[in-house]
Amino acid sequence: MADQAAAPAPVGDPDDTFSKLLRRNASQRGARPASREKEYGIWQTWSWAEVEREVRALACGLATLGLKRGDRVAIVGDNRPRLYWTMVAAQAIGGVPVPVYQDAVADEMKYVLDHAEVRFVVAEDQEQVDKVLAVREFCPRIDAVVFCDPRGMRHYDQSFLRQYDRMQDEGRAYDAAHPGFYEAEIATGKGSDVAIMLYTSGTTGTPKGCMLSFDNLIVTARNAAEREHLTEAEEVLAYLPMAWVGDNIFSLAQAYATGFCVSCPESSATVMTDLRELGPTYFFAPPRIFENVLTQVMIRMEDASWIKRRMFHYFMNLAKRVGIAILDGKPAGIIDRLLYALGGVLVYGPLKNTLGFSRIRLAYTAGEAIGPDIFDFYRSLGMNIKQLYGMTETAVFICIQPDGQVKPDTVGTPAPEVEVKIADNGEVLVRSPGVFLRYYKNDAATAEAKTGDGWVHTGDAGYFDGDGHLKIIDRAKDVGRLTGGGLFAPKYLENKLKFFPFIKEAVAFGHGRDHAAAFINIDREATGNWAERQGLAYASYSDLAARAEVYDQIRQCIEKVNADLAADPKLAASQIRRFLILHKELDADDGELTRTRKVRRSFVAERYAKQIGALYSNADAIDIEAQVTFEDGRKGMLKAKLKIAEAHTFAPTDTVRRAG
Amino acid sequence: MTQPPRKIGGTLLKVDGISLAFGGVKALSDISFEIREHEILAIIGPNGAGKSSMLNVINGFYHPQQGAITYKGATRSQMRPHEAAAQGIARTFQNIALFRGMSTLDNIMTGRLLKMKTNFFMQALYWGPALKEEIAHREVVERIIDFLEIQSIRKTPVGRLPYGLQKRVELGRALAAEPELLLLDEPMAGMNVEEKEDMCRFILDVNDEFGTTIALIEHDMGVVMDISDRVVVLDYGRKIADGRPDQVRANQDVIDAYLGVGH
Repeated sequence: MADQAAAPAPVGDPDDTFSKLLRRNASQRGARPASREKEYGIWQTWSWAEVEREVRALACGLATLGLKRGDRVAIVGDNRPRLYWTMVAAQAIGGVPVPVYQDAVADEMKYVLDHAEVRFVVAEDQEQVDKVLAVREFCPRIDAVVFCDPRGMRHYDQSFLRQYDRMQDEGRAYDAAHPGFYEAEIATGKGSDVAIMLYTSGTTGTPKGCMLSFDNLIVTARNAAEREHLTEAEEVLAYLPMAWVGDNIFSLAQAYATGFCVSCPESSATVMTDLRELGPTYFFAPPRIFENVLTQVMIRMEDASWIKRRMFHYFMNLAKRVGIAILDGKPAGIIDRLLYALGGVLVYGPLKNTLGFSRIRLAYTAGEAIGPDIFDFYRSLGMNIKQLYGMTETAVFICIQPDGQVKPDTVGTPAPEVEVKIADNGEVLVRSPGVFLRYYKNDAATAEAKTGDGWVHTGDAGYFDGDGHLKIIDRAKDVGRLTGGGLFAPKYLENKLKFFPFIKEAVAFGHGRDHAAAFINIDREATGNWAERQGLAYASYSDLAARAEVYDQIRQCIEKVNADLAADPKLAASQIRRFLILHKELDADDGELTRTRKVRRSFVAERYAKQIGALYSNADAIDIEAQVTFEDGRKGMLKAKLKIAEAHTFAPTDTVRRAG
Repeated sequence: MTQPPRKIGGTLLKVDGISLAFGGVKALSDISFEIREHEILAIIGPNGAGKSSMLNVINGFYHPQQGAITYKGATRSQMRPHEAAAQGIARTFQNIALFRGMSTLDNIMTGRLLKMKTNFFMQALYWGPALKEEIAHREVVERIIDFLEIQSIRKTPVGRLPYGLQKRVELGRALAAEPELLLLDEPMAGMNVEEKEDMCRFILDVNDEFGTTIALIEHDMGVVMDISDRVVVLDYGRKIADGRPDQVRANQDVIDAYLGVGH
């Protein structure tokens, strides 16, 4: 199984767990920074040697709580050095960390805590502790809850609550009383042990606890770091949820394997400021963040003085023309090169500096398709941003776009030691050292996701192009057919729609229907700003969404997509004929999106069945009454009348018209 | 949620027979009540009942024609604003009174003014003791920023902030003076539910973590009943009730004042 696949890894590497890597880093580069966090407005730094002392005290502290090998430790909170250390400390003495999404509501948390049979919870603050306390009666296995920030918890007197600092103090005392305990525990750990359990958000069904070994994480992280020439000098900002596999790879596995420093933002609201102060060299962000940043830039440029605006547009056009070629080391005219250099001083440099992207050497994006315009915008500025294809079950890395050969519509070539093949039904299969051990307590799902000889079903449909780059079209199971026989790839349509700044989210329907139709979520900021400039008054998001002018804008976007589709013989039939704009944003709290902000198609189809029915009728409006969940868990009702509009479709521009 | 057991001590401030008139208009007549150490006291009443005037009397902004104020054992007929501030009384205003062009950080820093010991020239040179002092004050301010969770607006001019956040900054400035008695004039006016909940939590946390005594004016009865230990009700410049929230809620005079009564 996984052991087999991991065979080509450096055999007998003595540093095959994170605690061993930490020991190595502390002795080889003890004075170099390892963790950083902004507190009281100042960046606080811990060196590798200091981190080792922290982790050691924590590990011994967890031991005093009675943690035994194999016990699960839930980690709940924002990205904090202390929580990363806790993960490594738990692993050092054989515990298995289970990071939980910090914005999970109590019910979701209950499922994970219960399913993973968690014995200990380490929570960031009162907010998280309150959630754990709310579900504790359903999770009787929880023996202790450790909290980092005591603020507001002075009167919590439950005996199973423990303050982080106290636990560390007890750990130090334990360490002094049991010399050699920590060393012995580290030595017992080995690469094939379970390192972590990550609950995959799952667009369908209940979350599954994906178990990854140290070998999975460390070998994969190291391979990718070597391919991309990462060094201990990288600067990284850890701001994505700790429960997500990517954060574990970028902010922990790769940091420990190569010895670079990971910084944590002051709070989730200060990420953009922190980014700018820090100037990371290695950066990961899902497409929506790159999108948001670009939208912000465009909005702010609209409000800038005309001279700045002219300069911006002139040099951005130049960058669009030659920037990417220069980045990829391809030929470009001497005058263009000179102008590009001037643009670097006047526009690109200051712009990148404002965004905190001045020092970026390598940036990844993954999770969803990124709009070609957005992708090209950053590349033309000289930022080496690349797409990545991966999943929790393979410890992220499957394919990476190689330097200098970035094709926006593919995800690149397989990462080192990764084998990729396409099944007969078009599904992408993967075998690599990163292939997970199994799902916790779910052998049926394991058998479904992984073959006996270690191939993982990605569930994505795709193919290799002529240069050996993998191209992903859609989820294999989501690709459907219209009654006329035409192919219907909903995500393909939705992605095309979402590339327009006005459209934040889209849900396309069409499988088993005679034509395609869509729900649209407008982008609050971009549309709102546009409305302001048009002098359109609106009272709220739902008011804005219902404006005829907004409908017109969206119709134009859809018609552009339709025109594009008409040129594709396979997808021409799936042009969108009718659409409506939703009165509220799809929201993870309402169950409509996953925590990673992917649409839960079946849930949406069920909840909005009446509205979908109306899309396929002659009605020009439909009433809606939707339940919304507020942040504190209370529920309320929203009522609205949604207009349904038609969009123009185009005759296939391809010569052969599909028969039937 | 259960109320945490807070220790409410003796009388911190007592107003006795306060009467205040502006020309012929009687704003307050013969008002007496006390504020006890570590408690949260709410002053409520219909519009024009004299609530803000009462706070203004306590921190010395208005000078009553009659009555006495006893603060920490010392009795006087009137406070002066700078005396009040020097003795640990800080306040926020119904209409936000911040320096709109200055950042959040600088606004809160102004709350430290009374604690600054070095003179103007040393501060201008930013050297020696002045530098040390500034760092110490900055640390206090940073802790307040952390406490109120406003790190993301540290450097933002307050004029650009939404109303709810401005209120929070104003609370921050009042806290920077490390007050013993904090007067809040409608801290939750104009806020949405979520902002109100945040503000309630901050008020409770201030009271709990720093032991600060708080007197606040508020219109939202839900908030008042939830967070205050005692409620004083004013109507047309007179005190009509004084007691625990549940007692006040049941008081017929209070019900009449709020719902109106047939004449």
